[in-house]
Amino acid sequence: MATTTAGTPAQLIARSRAVRQARSVLVITIVGIALFATFCVSLSLGDYKIPVIDVVKTLFGQGDKATEFIVNQLRLPRALTGILVGAALGLSGAIFQSIARNPLASPDIIGVTYGASAFAVFAIVTLGLTGAAVSGLAIAGALITAFSMYILAWRRGVSSYRLILVGIGIGAIAMSVTSYLLTKARVEIAQQALVWLTGSLNGVDWSEVRALTIALVLLTPLMVLLVHRLRILQLGDETAYGLGLRVERSRLGLIVIAVLLAAVATAAAGPIGFVAFVAPPIARWVTRSPGPAMIASALIGALVVALSDLLAQHALGDTQLPVGVVTGVVGAPYLMFLLARANRVGSGG
Amino acid sequence: MPPPPALPTTAAPPPDSATVDAPRRRPRTRRATLVAGLIVSVAVLLLICLLSIAVGSKQIPLSTVIDALRHYNDANTDHVIVRSLRVPRTVIGLLVGAALGLSGALMQGVTRNPLADPGILGVNGGAALFVVGGIYWFGLTSLTAYVWLAFAGAAAASVAVYALGSLGREGATPVKLALAGAAMTAMFGSLTTALLIGDVDTFDQFRFWSVGSLAGRGSDIAGQVAPFILIGIVLALVSGRLLNALSLGDDVARSLGQRVGLARLFTAVTVVLLCGAATAAAGPIGFVGLTIPHVARLITGPDYRWILPYSMVLAPILLLGSDVLGRIVAQPGELQVGIVTAVLGAPFFIALVRRRKLADL
Amino acid sequence: MTEHSLAAENLAVGYDQREIIHDLSVRIPVGKITVIVGANACGKSTLLKALARLLKPSRGTVLLDGKSIQQIPTREVATKLGLLPQSPTAPEGITVADLVGRGRYPRQGWIRQWTKADDEAIADAMTSTDVLEIADRPIDELSGGQRQRVWIAMALAQETNILLLDEPTTFLDLTHQFEVLDLLVDLNKRDDRTIVLVLHDLNQACRFGDHLIALKDGAIVAEGNPSEVITEQVVEDVFGLAVKIIPDPVAGSPMVVPVGRHTTRNGQASPDNPAAKALAASAAANGICRPADR
Repeated sequence: MATTTAGTPAQLIARSRAVRQARSVLVITIVGIALFATFCVSLSLGDYKIPVIDVVKTLFGQGDKATEFIVNQLRLPRALTGILVGAALGLSGAIFQSIARNPLASPDIIGVTYGASAFAVFAIVTLGLTGAAVSGLAIAGALITAFSMYILAWRRGVSSYRLILVGIGIGAIAMSVTSYLLTKARVEIAQQALVWLTGSLNGVDWSEVRALTIALVLLTPLMVLLVHRLRILQLGDETAYGLGLRVERSRLGLIVIAVLLAAVATAAAGPIGFVAFVAPPIARWVTRSPGPAMIASALIGALVVALSDLLAQHALGDTQLPVGVVTGVVGAPYLMFLLARANRVGSGG
Repeated sequence: MPPPPALPTTAAPPPDSATVDAPRRRPRTRRATLVAGLIVSVAVLLLICLLSIAVGSKQIPLSTVIDALRHYNDANTDHVIVRSLRVPRTVIGLLVGAALGLSGALMQGVTRNPLADPGILGVNGGAALFVVGGIYWFGLTSLTAYVWLAFAGAAAASVAVYALGSLGREGATPVKLALAGAAMTAMFGSLTTALLIGDVDTFDQFRFWSVGSLAGRGSDIAGQVAPFILIGIVLALVSGRLLNALSLGDDVARSLGQRVGLARLFTAVTVVLLCGAATAAAGPIGFVGLTIPHVARLITGPDYRWILPYSMVLAPILLLGSDVLGRIVAQPGELQVGIVTAVLGAPFFIALVRRRKLADL
Repeated sequence: MTEHSLAAENLAVGYDQREIIHDLSVRIPVGKITVIVGANACGKSTLLKALARLLKPSRGTVLLDGKSIQQIPTREVATKLGLLPQSPTAPEGITVADLVGRGRYPRQGWIRQWTKADDEAIADAMTSTDVLEIADRPIDELSGGQRQRVWIAMALAQETNILLLDEPTTFLDLTHQFEVLDLLVDLNKRDDRTIVLVLHDLNQACRFGDHLIALKDGAIVAEGNPSEVITEQVVEDVFGLAVKIIPDPVAGSPMVVPVGRHTTRNGQASPDNPAAKALAASAAANGICRPADR
């Protein structure tokens, strides 16, 4: 084909790709800025209000001792945990939804977080544990649940469809067990469990931040390697085989990563609902990306949790709500918006 | 904690081999088989009812049971137990079971979704929210008080879900209903939790209700919910033909003369009557509505005129059976029926899922 | 382009308990267009999927370049053999260039940097299928024919010598069917690509295929040139349909005309209207028998 004024066809392709990437980069930058702003605002509010400028200065090591103490010791762990948990949940949701090719697939619905919760409640109510031990059992619970789901859905390979159904079944068992355990304990202990179940950033400290950071750092390289496989998986199993992808192995690897992300987030702050569900579609919509939009999902997940925590802490004056309550209320309007779009898209039904 | 919203399946499982046609039995023998099956099921149900009356923290021999029913002597404690505790409990189990089975079949038929559960309309979430609200703001503690609240909450939630799902061009399509149900359930769940966290006493009351149980429900509760459930049963049983048409898809249904929007509305109202009343009486009980219609379908095939009566009979078998099991297994206390149905129902559901045919409604 | 060979030996393939293909052996001619035909559920798609290593045979082997295809790493197979499945799915909103680009997957390393070679292969594929102009359009907005061409472009971007297509024309209108089939002939002629496709339309199979394979109940009934394979007996055997075979007036290949139960409508027996006269003249000119001669 003759060279057009726009360049050779190959250059056209390269340019086309560059434009797509530029849009993603732009959106990610904007969301990143919004996230940073929310982060700073949440650090500035509290019993002792600190102007945002001072917050920024302190973050870069230029504040005075008093602000440093308040920001770094008291508020920073919570804000950072919120962001890391949101990012982990956003990523987990993005992977699940891409694998399932269904916008309703989400670790909260699929039963992984219910499994984690059941184990955590068991730890609190029956074993009388608190703190890190509960988190540890929560992670174990998530892994055991995911493992059972995979095994039960396996029948010469795991179809995404069967995985979701089995996940719902297991999730329901976990939920019943949890409800049962809640009736078996003294009410004070049961209420502790309830608080954990709601998903709350109260009382998190640097140990959670450390754990989340380590987990994210370890999992990110694996994710980068597997994201490209995810794009191929999106084309359907047959096309994916045709392109030389080892479908079952890739799917398994991706599910393991997604479950670990959800597990670590749940262990740190309890099952904060809706974030993993809401962040990926928003990310895809905003970046106009047909692919899984991983970075955008992470950032938007972080933004949702940061905003929700901001509201949870300060919106009702003196009452502090757990962040999980706010995400549920915030997520519903989003679902209604999805409904309005579902018409145009005609996805099933 | 919000119950998991059901997931609409938009993709069918990968198209595999063409299925081999099962040899078709002649219609008359088939109908005879189905009628026989139904009679057998009813007999089993009666048996379980008797068990339900006889078994408990105090075993009461069958002869005494029959005696209590025919020549009631209120000085005899056994007779009192039978009349005022066991019989009402069994009756409620029957009504609630039938209601859950029927509403599950109705929802699956209307949404053409094998995962539909009556809770998909937000019924459980709304009921829970109103009950908690009643406890929190009005300090209500009696089950009879809960019943009206739960029913009102179930109805309000369903109206909201239905209205939400009807926004837009196509009206209330299955996917939109499921999404609306998920949204509302999550929102109600969050609000409920907010109230529960706020007040220990509220939580203390609520946590027992939220498991789903037939314990402590007497004839006053039975009297409260029976009219709704009975009306609902009648409405459900006549909608077999309607569901058959709907299951062929909206376009085909319309060409068969079915008014699709009206049909959905009718079914939704019936479901709210049935499931709202059931949840009001016994708290949220899961899995019965989800799994029993599939069992019925395995026996009867895809004809809703048979699926509905079978669901109506099989579901109380599961429910009362679970209740009896719960009383035996955890003596001298008991395991709530909501737990047992989940523990029994979920593995069964998973086994169903592993069979390829699940997606075909 | 280096040539690769594809063959099957004593193949038995099935799903679950049902075996669809029993003991089938075939050698796909290199550099030619092979068309697999047969009635519904005779195993055409099953055979194609087995050849594409999507299905694992219960007995026998599929041989790519003489080696069992199950032993070759799947990525390597994807550099030699490309596949267009029956109803491919694509994520919502994906653009043409993006989708075609994903065809480069088997040739990219772990790090996935886009090289000049990648872009050139993509551009080449899109030029061959004439979708370069719509590079930035989302594929949901395209017509059926355009979308098929985009999927073919994706398979082309893989730069494989062998191309397998499962019913590529089934949901297209006539114009687009021929668009796709003519494109396949171009690809075959230009690069000596081996193309294997499943078609429903016997006439298209005869016209565009160099080598036909007729399947019935999972076994090969006839194989070879279109004129050797498509005979009245074979069609009767494979499809259970009585037909007359005449030469295609445009291409000269065998053209199948089913006899069926009803022939003319509207009593065209009256020779007075001009359309009927024109039809009769054309029939005489082309040596085609008239319905009355049956």
